[in-house]
This record gives sequence, structure tokens and C-alpha cells, in this order.
Amino acid sequence: MTDIQVTHSDHGLGVVTPAGRLTMVSARALTEAVASLVDQGTSRVVVDLGETTFIDSSGLGALVAGLKRCRQAGGDLRIARPTAQVTAVLAMTNLDKVLTPRASVDEAF
Amino acid sequence: MSRLWLVRVVVVASALLALNYIGWRWVASVNWSVWWIAVPLVVAETYSVIDSLLFGLTSWRARRRPEPPPPVPDAAVDVFIATYNEPLALVQETARAAAAIRHPHRTWILDDGSRPELAAWAAQHGIGCIHRGADWTDRPRHAKAGNINNALMQTDGEFILILDADQVPDPEILERTLGYFEDERMALVQTPQYFVNVPDSDPLGSQAPLFYGPIQIGKDGWNAAFFCGSNAVIRREALMQLGVSRYAVELQDSVRQALRASRRVVRRARRTIDDPSLTELLTTIEQDAAHALRELQGGAGVADVTYEFGRRLREAERKVARADAELIAADLAAVGELAGAASDPAVGVPVLDPAALAEVIDRDWSAVGALAAVRELLDAVDVTRGHEAQPIMPLATISVTEDMATAMRLHAMGWRTAYHHEVLAHGLAPEDMPSMLTQRLRWAQGTVQVMLRENPLTQRGLSLAQRLMYFATMWSYLSGFAAVVYITAPILYLAFDVQPVTAYSLDFFARLVPFLLVNQLLFLVVGRGIPTWRGQQYSLALFPVWIASFTTAFNNVFRDRPLDFAVTPKEVGPDAGPRWDLVRPQLVAMGALLAASVAGIVRVALGDASVFGVSFNIVWVLLDLALLSVIVQAARYRGSTPRERQSA
Repeated sequence: MTDIQVTHSDHGLGVVTPAGRLTMVSARALTEAVASLVDQGTSRVVVDLGETTFIDSSGLGALVAGLKRCRQAGGDLRIARPTAQVTAVLAMTNLDKVLTPRASVDEAF
Repeated sequence: MSRLWLVRVVVVASALLALNYIGWRWVASVNWSVWWIAVPLVVAETYSVIDSLLFGLTSWRARRRPEPPPPVPDAAVDVFIATYNEPLALVQETARAAAAIRHPHRTWILDDGSRPELAAWAAQHGIGCIHRGADWTDRPRHAKAGNINNALMQTDGEFILILDADQVPDPEILERTLGYFEDERMALVQTPQYFVNVPDSDPLGSQAPLFYGPIQIGKDGWNAAFFCGSNAVIRREALMQLGVSRYAVELQDSVRQALRASRRVVRRARRTIDDPSLTELLTTIEQDAAHALRELQGGAGVADVTYEFGRRLREAERKVARADAELIAADLAAVGELAGAASDPAVGVPVLDPAALAEVIDRDWSAVGALAAVRELLDAVDVTRGHEAQPIMPLATISVTEDMATAMRLHAMGWRTAYHHEVLAHGLAPEDMPSMLTQRLRWAQGTVQVMLRENPLTQRGLSLAQRLMYFATMWSYLSGFAAVVYITAPILYLAFDVQPVTAYSLDFFARLVPFLLVNQLLFLVVGRGIPTWRGQQYSLALFPVWIASFTTAFNNVFRDRPLDFAVTPKEVGPDAGPRWDLVRPQLVAMGALLAASVAGIVRVALGDASVFGVSFNIVWVLLDLALLSVIVQAARYRGSTPRERQSA
């Protein structure tokens, strides 16, 4: 089961932290978490993948959907601290050529 | 000796005889003095020989799969029923049967017609109903592929059974197919399409026993079983991975292209502007675009690069807001046109059309216009894919037959597919010739589109055999051109004494006849007695359809013309008598063949032609007529009363 935590950083950023497995079962929860942040006026969002043990392509799809949502509101979505499995999946699908992972949440924006 | 080895012996024999015949034809028997028909004939024959060799290759590993293992009991499955405008009763029958499938699953009706009464009915029966959301308004809908892509984003089952609205599934369809997914790289399991409303004589050639039999089994032997759009189970992860990687790759290409075009637009605008502050601004933007391109080259993420460039562009736009109002109006109109060019609704690939681009670049832009054009270029290819309803499109949208293109891309990514040769759904075929013609045209157009857009012979990631398996199907749709030659050649000989072969001699028959006989033997051995005659008839008799499919698809791919795509009608229309007008070319051909035969007999009677040559050509004509005659049967066919269908 994935636990998706949403917090706000000091710089007005939204930080979304999916812990555990981010898969087809939990992907929509991530999309919805980003969407509700944007709806509340926070369109600059970092997805902290440091606690994400496993991601599948639906999870990646949710990241792209979140990116679209933030961009449409004039903001952006960045990803940070990917684990080894997440890094491998990003590379396999070439999505790392679109979303460059950041080393930490603080460096995201 | 096993059956497969018998097949292989016949394949080798057929290939050797084919090469022996066609080699001799090219080297020793082309009558060059009438090259205008001699060359087309030998080319058409070469086409047929290649077709036969590809069929031999397909048969080489045609082995039935062993029984699949039982499915994992907790595999989560979504059943999709894709519908657009089919009658409610038809959709409901399929939906009820889908809900009654034994393996645990959720059933969804994907109603592209958004019919409220269907949604209400589904709710009453505990069946889900999915419509397109607001994101799809004013954006390319991509027909069935778009419908399924939309539903993929709203569901989460690990496996998806895709059904057309008129394909009623058996209760055991999932139990019989899910087991194949024990193989973690298995992306898709296709089962046959079988039609219940077709009499045994099958005048419209609806059943495809050769395709949903030896051909799919053979392709499966090379890990190249096709996805056919319905009656197939797909692994969600495979589709999503395909969608995400296509998104990433296409985005990089199109952003690079847009940045290069932006530089050229700005450079050109700069030349026509006198105001030094504006010139300076445009120079900055041009440098920004160049910088962005370098960053991409150096491996920076597309999202970051476009974000930064977009920010600088917005700043620049604010600064030039004071420019000439009249020029702005004219330019903004042109920008609107560009928006149209940037997203081809028929294709939806976020790649800019070069012709439209050239026009845009060659315009004399004002500073505001140039910036707006750059903005439009970037928006068209932005990471959000603003011109599309959703950024990720797992099911390919490059063709009206999205299924074939999708399977080919899955294979190229290293996924496997399986063909399960057991009828597990009962469907409805078109009931009249006009609908049948529309359907065949659509399939052929789609196949040719894929061939022209993503030629399998050059796709990286596919094995040589996989490339040839896809190519074989596309190749078979070129038969219309060969058919014209096969109809014309005997007419020219019988009526006008034009002989494209140097001699209709013993040499000729000694090479041709064994090839033809062994080729038919191959069909017999591979087909195990399934009826293949209908298929052979339609391959020749629909020659105008095949030719039209090629020319329309060519114009669509290379000249951006619409295909005039139509959804296949499933119900019989009002009775208006046989539609002879739709098969006029075939009727003209039959008339000409008959007239030429009469002319040939008269010439023999007058001692003006060889008995042997005329006899051979009349046999040829009789074969042509026997093949073409199916079209008369088809035009006169009035549909059948559907047999009772099981509804659970």
C-alpha cells in the first residue's frame, strides 16, 4: 500500500512524498494529490521519490499527468531523490530525458 | 515425421520451384518488344512469388501452443467494451455477457457516443460506464484508440480484455487466456474473431480462417502474433510503458524541431525590424533558443529546458507589447493557422508539419508576431502536449488500425505476444456488401498507413523474422496492382495478339505448373482443410479497394489528405437492391475478359492465332472469372438471419 504524504515547504512549494510502491493501483492517488495542490493555488510541486521503493509505468504516467497539471497552472513539477529502482525505470523509458531528477527537495526549484 | 516437418518440406519445394520459375521468367522469357505489358507482368509475378515465399516463412514455425497454465486467481482485470454508435441492444448483450465472465473482473462500457440511456442501464446492472472528459473537447479524438486510451487512465486493473461492441465473450475467456501472462514479458494474448451471422457459403468473405489460423499461428511461432483490436487481453504495464517511452522520445524530437524553427522565425523577423530595442530583444530570444538546443544536446531534461525558455519568452512578450497594433492583428491570424498546422487532427503526432512550417518561417513577421509564433511552436510540442487530450497515448494513434501499430511497437520494445487458437467470443460481421467494402478499405488503409509511417523492415528492436512477419501482411495488401496486370495480360493476348511471354511453350509450363501445384499443396497442408478459396477470391476481386487503400493512405501520409475514414456500419441499411455501382471496375473487367475470349476463339477459327496460346489464355481468363465472380454473389447477398446467440 502506498502512503502519499503532502506537505508545504517554506518557499511555498508543495512536496508530495509517495512511500512504498507507486504502481497502477496508487497512480491515480498521486495524480489527485498533485491536482488538489494545484487547485489550492500551489502549482510548484516537488515529488519526493526518496521513499518510493518501486515504480511502474503507470506511476511514471502519473508524474507526467502531474507535470501537465502544474504547467497549465503556470507552475512546474520536479522530481527528487529517486531510489535505484526508480532511476532504472526512468532510464529504461527515457523519461529521465524529460524529467531531470534532483538530488534533494531543496534543490528542486 | 511430424506435421511441421511435412510443412517445411513443402515450403522448401515451393520456394525452389518459385525461384526456378521467376528466375527463368526474368532471364529468358520476357518479350521485350512489348515491354509495356511484359515488364508489368513479370513484376506482378515477382510480387506473387515474394508473397508465396513470405507465406512459406510464416508457415515454417506454425505450431499450436500447448495448453496455457491456469490463471493467477487474484489477477485484477478490467473488461473494456468499446462502442461508438452501435444499437443499445447489441452493446447490452455484449455487456451482460462480459459481466458474466467467470474470472473476477470489472466491466466497463466505453461509450464514445456518451449516450445517457446507456449509462443509466449500465449503472442499474453494476457495470461501469466511461465517457470522454472535457480534456477531449476540441482536440483530436483518435477514434477507438483514443476511447481506449481515455479509459486506461481511469481504471487500474493489471490486465485488460478489449472487446468490440458486437463481440459477445464466452464466460471462460479470461480463464483460458490469463495463464499466458505467467511469462512476465508477455504483453498480449489474441484470440480469434468469429462471426455468427455468416452462412456457411460466407459470400462476403467475413470469416478469416486462414488469418485466424495458420497465419496467426505461424506469426506466433516467430513471436509476432498480431493484435487485432478485439478479443485480446493486454498487460497494462506493457501498454503504459509503451506510452511513456513514446512520449519521452517524441517529445525530445519535436522540441528540438520547434526550437530550430523558432530560431529561424526570429532571425527572419529581426531583418525587417528597424527599432533597435526590438532587434536586441529578438537577438536575446534567438540566443536563448540556441542555448536551449545546446542544453538538450548536453543531456538536460526537456522539461527544464522548455520551462526556462518559456519563462524568458514570457518576459520578452511583455516588453514588446507596445508594438504596432495593425501588424499584430495580421500576425495573430497567421499564428492561428500555425496552430492548425502544428497538430494534425488525423495523426495527432506532435511533430510539426514541414510544409506548414516553411510557410510560417517565410512570412515577414513583426516582433510581436514572431514571438507569438515561437510561443505557438513551443506550445504545440510542450511537455503537456496541450494539443492532445492527454500527454500519454499508450495505444498508437498513427493509423486507423491502431492495433497493428501498437503490437509492432510492443514487439520492438522486447515484449512477447501469444495467439490462442480457440474461439472465445462470438461476433457480428457486416451484413451487406457496402459495409463490407467500407470495412476492408479501412483495414487496408490502416495497414498501408503503418507501412508508410513505420516501415517494419527498418524498425529497431524487431528481429529479422518479426520484421518480415509484419511486412508480409502489408505486402499482401499491394495485390491490387498485380491483379490489374493479371486481368489485362490475357485480354491483350486474346484480343490483340500481344504476347508478353516469349513463348507459351513446354519450357514455360514445365516451370509454371509445378510451382502453382506445390503452392496450392502448401495451402492444403498448412490449412489442414480449412476453406481458403474465398480468401483467394477476395484477394483478386477487391482489387479496386486495395488500390484505393494504397493511394488514399499514401496521400494521407505524405500529402496530409484525409482518409475519409468511416466507422463500419454493423446493421443492415434500408434495402435498395444490389449496389452494382460500387463494383463497376470488377464488372467491366469481367465483361472485357469475356469479350476478349470471344475474340480469341474467332481468331483461332480464322487461323489467325495459335490454338495452344489461346487455350492457355482462356484457362487463365476462366480462373480470373472464377475469382472475380464472388463480387456478383456479394452484391446480390441480402444478409442472413442471425442465429440465436447465447446471452448469459
